[in-house]
Amino acid sequence: MNATTLLVRLIPEYGQFALILALLLALVQAGVPLAGAATSRPLWMAYARPMAAGQFAFVLVAFGCLTASFLFDDFSVAYVADNSNTRLPWYYKATAAWASHEGSMLLWSLILAGWGFAVSRLARGLPRVMLARVLGVMGLVGSGFLLFILLTSNPFERRLPAIPAEGADLNPLLQDVGLIVHPPLLYMGYVGFSVVFAFAIAALLEGRLDSAWTRWVRPWTHLAWAFLTLGIALGSWWAYYELGWGGWWFWDPVENASLLPWLAGTALIHSLAVTDKRGGFKSWTLLLAVATFSLSLLGTFLVRSGILGSVHAFATDPARGAFILALLGLTVGASLLLFALRAPRADFTGFDWLSRDALLLINNLLLVTMTVSVLLGTLYPLILEALGLGTVSVGAPYFNTVFVPLVALLCLFMGLGPLARWKRMPARELWRRLAGAGLLALALGAMLPLVYAGRWNLGVSLGLTLALWLMLSLARDLLGKLRRGATWRAGLSRLTPGYWGMWLAHLGLAVTIVGVTVVSNYSVERNVRLALGERVAVAGYGFTLEALDERHGANYVADRATLAVARDGRRLYTLHPEKRRYTARARPMTEVALRPGLLRDLYVALGEPLGRDAWSLRIQYKPMVRWLWLGALMMALGAALAVLDRRYRQDRHQRRHGVPAPGREDVRS
Amino acid sequence: MRMTPRSQRLALVLAGLVLAASAVGLTLYALRSNIDLFFTPGQIAAGEAPSQRRIRVGGLVEAGSVVREPQGLAVAFSVTDRAASLRVHYRGILPDLFREGQGVVVIGELAGDGGFDAARVLARHDETYMPPEVAAALAETGGPP
Amino acid sequence: MNRRLVLLIPLGLFAALAVLFWSSLATAPDGRDSARLGEAFPAFELPALADPARSLDRSLLTGRVTLVNVWASWCAACRVEMPQLAALAARGVRLVGVNYKDGRAAANAFLGEFGDPFEATIHDPSGKLGFELGVYGAPETFLVDAQGVIRYHHVGALDTEEALQVILARVKQWRSQP
Repeated sequence: MNATTLLVRLIPEYGQFALILALLLALVQAGVPLAGAATSRPLWMAYARPMAAGQFAFVLVAFGCLTASFLFDDFSVAYVADNSNTRLPWYYKATAAWASHEGSMLLWSLILAGWGFAVSRLARGLPRVMLARVLGVMGLVGSGFLLFILLTSNPFERRLPAIPAEGADLNPLLQDVGLIVHPPLLYMGYVGFSVVFAFAIAALLEGRLDSAWTRWVRPWTHLAWAFLTLGIALGSWWAYYELGWGGWWFWDPVENASLLPWLAGTALIHSLAVTDKRGGFKSWTLLLAVATFSLSLLGTFLVRSGILGSVHAFATDPARGAFILALLGLTVGASLLLFALRAPRADFTGFDWLSRDALLLINNLLLVTMTVSVLLGTLYPLILEALGLGTVSVGAPYFNTVFVPLVALLCLFMGLGPLARWKRMPARELWRRLAGAGLLALALGAMLPLVYAGRWNLGVSLGLTLALWLMLSLARDLLGKLRRGATWRAGLSRLTPGYWGMWLAHLGLAVTIVGVTVVSNYSVERNVRLALGERVAVAGYGFTLEALDERHGANYVADRATLAVARDGRRLYTLHPEKRRYTARARPMTEVALRPGLLRDLYVALGEPLGRDAWSLRIQYKPMVRWLWLGALMMALGAALAVLDRRYRQDRHQRRHGVPAPGREDVRS
Repeated sequence: MRMTPRSQRLALVLAGLVLAASAVGLTLYALRSNIDLFFTPGQIAAGEAPSQRRIRVGGLVEAGSVVREPQGLAVAFSVTDRAASLRVHYRGILPDLFREGQGVVVIGELAGDGGFDAARVLARHDETYMPPEVAAALAETGGPP
Repeated sequence: MNRRLVLLIPLGLFAALAVLFWSSLATAPDGRDSARLGEAFPAFELPALADPARSLDRSLLTGRVTLVNVWASWCAACRVEMPQLAALAARGVRLVGVNYKDGRAAANAFLGEFGDPFEATIHDPSGKLGFELGVYGAPETFLVDAQGVIRYHHVGALDTEEALQVILARVKQWRSQP
């Protein structure tokens, strides 16, 4: 064996070593600065930043080693042998690193360390004690996860002495672009809330929560929320085209696990706005910050422990479940105890029943109700089983029954929120501003189903009215703000990124609601048997099965169908749905043929061969399904835009120049 | 209608309680009517499952039991927990991982003739993963089929 | 009501959840091992892989402690454990294979490539025997005692030294039983 191959063979050892070092640094990052903050020792507190950087560097090295082992096809590493194959394309080899449990956890730790590093770089203006506590808490969480990896889920574990010549291949469902980016984005969101969590714990430890604190926390919250939104949307999009049945949300426990922190995080964003602008809701904001990250951890626990049956579930190991549960119990239990002991005194400032404060309070109540109802629906089977009342499953009907009315209520108040003033809003003025938008939304909402489908439909009318109400009230608000300047240009220049972010995110929700409403009510699905040359009509499109052949991919063989799609006698598209058989795992996979469009998707999936020259096919017409994800994209962009608001950088400016920054008038207040 | 912060806080707490109570009511109502009970073929053979109600049945697809209608999409197969087996009728496209000898969960209603009309058939993403209900059902009835 | 007590509500709710999770974890069904342990190996009558004319049945598994390995040529993990199986055979453990849902030609080619540690291999192309054993993937390994009763069950490849030692210890244990 020459020197180079020896170096390559040893990569997993470097990786493991780097992980151990990262754990040691994380422990120091957790212990020393927190102790320093408690005993006012500046030198101890100063450990926080270099340790955060070091922890990140070593986890990065470990992650790089795992990726390298995949690229070099080192099947002596059990994780590589189970999730890769020499014939796998290189980009899937590189991303197979997070295809399964061990690597996902490593990615989780990498992102956690990355957020910690980012805080240590960007938070230069933060008081020393606060920074020490924030990074200390992040170090604690990081040590927990690194310990978890090293003790129960080591991705570098060798399969010696028998090194397989070939790997078992990556799960075919995961051989897809959507799945390359979905987990990192989702984890960026989940883990991003650890920053907010750490800030909340630091505030509790310090016993102080001022407006500087909220200005520090808000951009991090927005950023984490933006990533989580993208991650969830991407997961839904992936399920839509990859699972082959055209659903985009299944209310599956694993999906719910990602929705829970999203809902709590949304509530947190709005509660932070009140804390920031009015100094109210302080304890509530802290509780939400703790709850949001706790729900992220809970999601991880539910997915990893296998206690909930799910189509996404991994094959699981009870030891891991117990470890994560212990981690969850320690983190959440300790934080909630701290909250009970140290939450700030009641800080109620008083406001009118009709005011932005009150509307945001309603927003929070509704969002928390949604969170609890999703949580209850997800855990209900566990509760019944623990009580010995039988095995049940809670399906989509439950969630729809509970969720739809709550979303409707939320939208109703959401239209009012941006136009209402803080503290007090005269009802007459609000009515004057919004009556037009409301009536127009009602009228259009009632009419649109007739125009679109030729038949009245209550569900569609309700959904579209709500979406229009949001859109029109946002438009009305923007117009009003523009008119307040001498010229529209002057009005425009007074609008802050924070305002635009809110505007875009709220508009995004309206767009998503349009998509959900239309696709849920007007989709057409037909399961048919088609022989060569036969034609079937679905939603005005004619689908003709023209050819059946076989195609050979790098690591699979596919049965491929060719379908011609025609409308009004004119041939429009040719679609190629496939049924692949991945050779290493001998398992079939449906590869959907899609014709996407802003107004409709055409969706064809192969079922099974039925005799000679005939297949069963699932053909679907999905109107406006893209709007779902477009809206989510707008929400994420809106949140990212809000991060740029100058408000969040004023402190630094002030300190540097000794005078308040020449801030623009905040048009929101 | 301006109140003192103190009385407003009281009103808020009350409003929150009312909302929470109605949410709990709505949730419980939705839970009552929208859960699917799970049964094994053995329990169904023993007459424990209600008819005319959506239920879930889990077990293994019995080897050699899958019969397809030659010119359509109808398919019939038996689901077994080794204690008893249940004939399932389904019209539509089966999931990719549906195979004889593999675990499945079917959702639907008991038919009058002692069979089962499935509205959905679920297999799992991961071939080494067994639905927990199915694993439990099989563990309880280790006896010969 | 005391304010601090109100603030303890979230902690209380979480504690209840944690207890729920704990009990669920404890009762989470693994369901795999208990199914067949202590029972007689199911009856079967299937051809031998090497010679389709030769019929094998349960009597093959009585008289000596035997390790029954369920494998297939399409299964990557089965390749991984072939050297270990050879090592077991070399240490005098009697091995019988169940070729599971596989073609005869592919299976024989596989044994040609990786070596054949089995005294005999039962050909089970329909997966019927595998089904009755409660197998839902390959490889799985069963330890059958001299009376033909299943005594130990290993899911997945025998790819670690510990797994190998455990198997050897069990073989010894059941050999010494009358």
